[in-house]
Amino acid sequence: MSFSVQLLWLIPALPLAAAAIGALTPRGGRTLAAGAAIAAMLGSFVLSCLALRTALVDPSAHLTHNFTWFAFGSEALQLGWLLDPLTAFMCVMVTFVGSLIFIFSTGYMKEDANFTRFFCFLSLFAAAMLGILVANSLLLVFVSWELVGLASYLLIGFWFHKPEAAAAAKKAFITTRIGDLGFLLGLLWLYHATGSLLFYDNGAGVLEADTLSLLITETTLGGLAVSTAIGLLIFCGAIGKSGQFPLHVWLPDAMEGPTPVSALIHAATMVAAGVFLIARIYPLMSADLALPEAPVNALTIVTAIGAITALMGACIAVAQNDLKRVLAFSTVSQLGYMMLALGVGSWVAAIFHLLTHAFFKALLFLGAGSVIHAAHHEQDIRRLGGLAPKMKLTFATFAIGMMALAGVPFLFSGFWSKEAILHAAHAWPVSQLPLAFGLTAVVLTAFYMTRLVAEVFFGQPRSHAAEHAHESSATMTVPLVLLAVATIALSLLAWPTPWLAQKLDPLAHTEAAHGHGLMILSIALVGVGLGLGAWIYLRKPRTSADAADPLESAAPSAFDALARRLGFDELYAATFGRLFFALAKLADAFDRLVWGGVVRAVAALGRWIGVVNQEAEDNVLNAGFDSGSETLRTGGRAYSATQTGDAHGYLLTMAVAFVLLVLVLVIGGAR
Amino acid sequence: MNPLQICLLISCGLFAIGLTAALARSNSILVLLGIELMLNAANLNFIAFWRFGPSPAPASGVIFVLFSLAIAAAEAAVGLALVIAVYRHQKNIRLKEASRLKG
Amino acid sequence: MLSLSLIAALILTSAAVALSLRNLIHSALVLIVTWLGVSAFYLWAGAEFVGFAQILLYVGAISMVVLFAVLLTRRSMDEARVQPSSLRRVIAAVLAGGALAGVLAGAVLSTRFLPGAGRPPEINVRQIGLQLMGPHAASLLLVGVLLTVALIGATVIASSFERDDVSSDPDPRARSRGRLPSNSGDSHV
Repeated sequence: MSFSVQLLWLIPALPLAAAAIGALTPRGGRTLAAGAAIAAMLGSFVLSCLALRTALVDPSAHLTHNFTWFAFGSEALQLGWLLDPLTAFMCVMVTFVGSLIFIFSTGYMKEDANFTRFFCFLSLFAAAMLGILVANSLLLVFVSWELVGLASYLLIGFWFHKPEAAAAAKKAFITTRIGDLGFLLGLLWLYHATGSLLFYDNGAGVLEADTLSLLITETTLGGLAVSTAIGLLIFCGAIGKSGQFPLHVWLPDAMEGPTPVSALIHAATMVAAGVFLIARIYPLMSADLALPEAPVNALTIVTAIGAITALMGACIAVAQNDLKRVLAFSTVSQLGYMMLALGVGSWVAAIFHLLTHAFFKALLFLGAGSVIHAAHHEQDIRRLGGLAPKMKLTFATFAIGMMALAGVPFLFSGFWSKEAILHAAHAWPVSQLPLAFGLTAVVLTAFYMTRLVAEVFFGQPRSHAAEHAHESSATMTVPLVLLAVATIALSLLAWPTPWLAQKLDPLAHTEAAHGHGLMILSIALVGVGLGLGAWIYLRKPRTSADAADPLESAAPSAFDALARRLGFDELYAATFGRLFFALAKLADAFDRLVWGGVVRAVAALGRWIGVVNQEAEDNVLNAGFDSGSETLRTGGRAYSATQTGDAHGYLLTMAVAFVLLVLVLVIGGAR
Repeated sequence: MNPLQICLLISCGLFAIGLTAALARSNSILVLLGIELMLNAANLNFIAFWRFGPSPAPASGVIFVLFSLAIAAAEAAVGLALVIAVYRHQKNIRLKEASRLKG
Repeated sequence: MLSLSLIAALILTSAAVALSLRNLIHSALVLIVTWLGVSAFYLWAGAEFVGFAQILLYVGAISMVVLFAVLLTRRSMDEARVQPSSLRRVIAAVLAGGALAGVLAGAVLSTRFLPGAGRPPEINVRQIGLQLMGPHAASLLLVGVLLTVALIGATVIASSFERDDVSSDPDPRARSRGRLPSNSGDSHV
């Protein structure tokens, strides 16, 4: 059965309809709201699979369906749907992971009073994300992009009665909004420069060769090609949404939302949007590579941001004590990897890592949710421990996710995608620095994931809640198992043949055989990380919740700095907050001294004139005015009697007078 | 009857409804809404003359209505602010009782 | 012509219903339908820009302001229902409204209009923008000033300010000053 691209809008429309149903369902209709949301996601999943089949018939084609949304005067705004393997793979991933998270949520949120509202927001979130995926217009992407921001605000602040959750929701919204400003500017500039926002439009779209060659020939400030400037502005949006340095601060705070939301944000929807966007507009981002003497290429910046983010996220994750925060910083780090891959020219590797990461990060977050649910919302890993025998299924699946994230070789999909990125970084002609950053992050990733598993699942239970934990219900464990299977099965996309890469980018020449040296090096580094973690945390498991971390005793100041997340929040408060405060003070002082002085001088002048006036008035004018005003007062008193204060009366008088006037004109008038 | 007359009759009906409401209802908000309807009726006239009138200038009616809409927005904002101020003063919004400034 | 009569029926019926309802909130909601009807008329007449401006302004903004005013000026749920108006005034109002409608309709019907253009005048957003920025620039600026003044004025009028404590102030002049809205506005600033 073939799938028509005209029907592509159904994929986001189904969850949107489910969101509407959820919004209209009263609080009691839990089954209806959850059922509609899950059914819509599963329906979208089926449609996405059909779309994938259609897209794979000719992987190099971009099937589009454009239509005019809105015409004002001679201009017309066009929107459209786009189906190519990139869209199709992403849709399948989002709907599959999304469905499992929805099913998990029915168990996790069972006791929440606002169950229906939760599913309404979840569906809206998924619908917005799918909207980004199927759009063939940067405008449609932007609209969906903002909807994603809105839904994330609602979901992170879902428990808005907690002040931290409300603050985290605001922070996420405002921080991503800073990046969105850049996105909007880039979008406007692009429209100004090309007159179109469609990606592919039979040669007239912004990602097609004609437009791109136009964009790189024009230069702007500092000798940058216009395409570079626009690409960097749009990249600002991706920095905000994908939690890249320096706008990563919202992502860890977003942990205040319910755990399924974290899973959705981190795995399938929000942060993936940024990476997807850059992959989507990759022709635009890479257009300036054709210029021989560009001062800086857009992709070089992307690489730098990605490498910094990857290393920094991994470092900070080492020193966190909150179960979800460790995972959050690992997401920051992995997103840095993806950006790095985009920057060094292998968007295929980035999307591959995005897909595998979606599965194992969803697995890890749902596993964490299972642990948190079982331990009565205890998230501090120092107060957990010894859960492995009590929650066997959760432990087994979590361990699979952990090994995929750490990059344990051959069996796990995370290994293959990470290898692809490292090889791409190795082949980058500009610099080997990103490779070094990436390899360091590999060690750290293996290390902190070992620490996490050791603290949570081994040793003694270190709190009352951990002692009485028990395995979660089937609605929560079944998605875990499915995700674990998928995490392993995704290896088939890259091995034994690089199937995904061929399908995503069939035009690219097939990569030469990978050098085995790099692979052996990275396997060794993973081993080092795992070994170090096991040596420090498994050999002597923590005995009490208050004992200091071994690393903390070894290097207290460094550990403390990492635990405080390198002070980015404080830094922003001290710089931007201070700056605006100082500007406000300056304006205040200017107002007081300069304008205040002028006003005072005018006032003094006025006072002096007043004195002169008063003298003249008292003696000359007053007598005459006294008698005049007495007459006026009498007249006014008589007139004021007609002012009854009844507004209706006035209006009625006016209406009657008007009717009379018209009657006079019509009857006795000129004709 | 040509279309211009039909449009004018519609606007005339709307104006009369607005006037009747403004006169009949005692609640200030409803009086204000009646006045808004009368303004709308006037705007309908502008558009009707622009569309069907003899040899209209290309943009005159539209520009008129745009300015009129701006005035309506200002009127609604100030009017409703006054309603709130009146409410704070006399704890209800019956127009009849807001007569403290009478002569 | 059918669509015009549908639009007319929508406008007039919903306006009449809205302004005769007892519940203020229902009135405001039905009025939204009226305003949508008016914008439908604009679209029908070919004035698309005005139609969308009408939707934005009335359906989007003014209706919200009205709802806020309704919600701010009542103390309990059932106070949204207003007292019935006195019968005398209703009769007077209907008479005045009817007389006005009759007179206007008579005037309209007895006038012979010159035949107009058959097609709507061609106008697009670009031309409207040029008109606004060119011949009507002064008016546009004035409207901007007007809106600013209205905004500030509405804020000052509606904001709750500390009134001087009447009983504890011995100076009668200060007391009377405290009652006047213009000065109390300053004291708030």
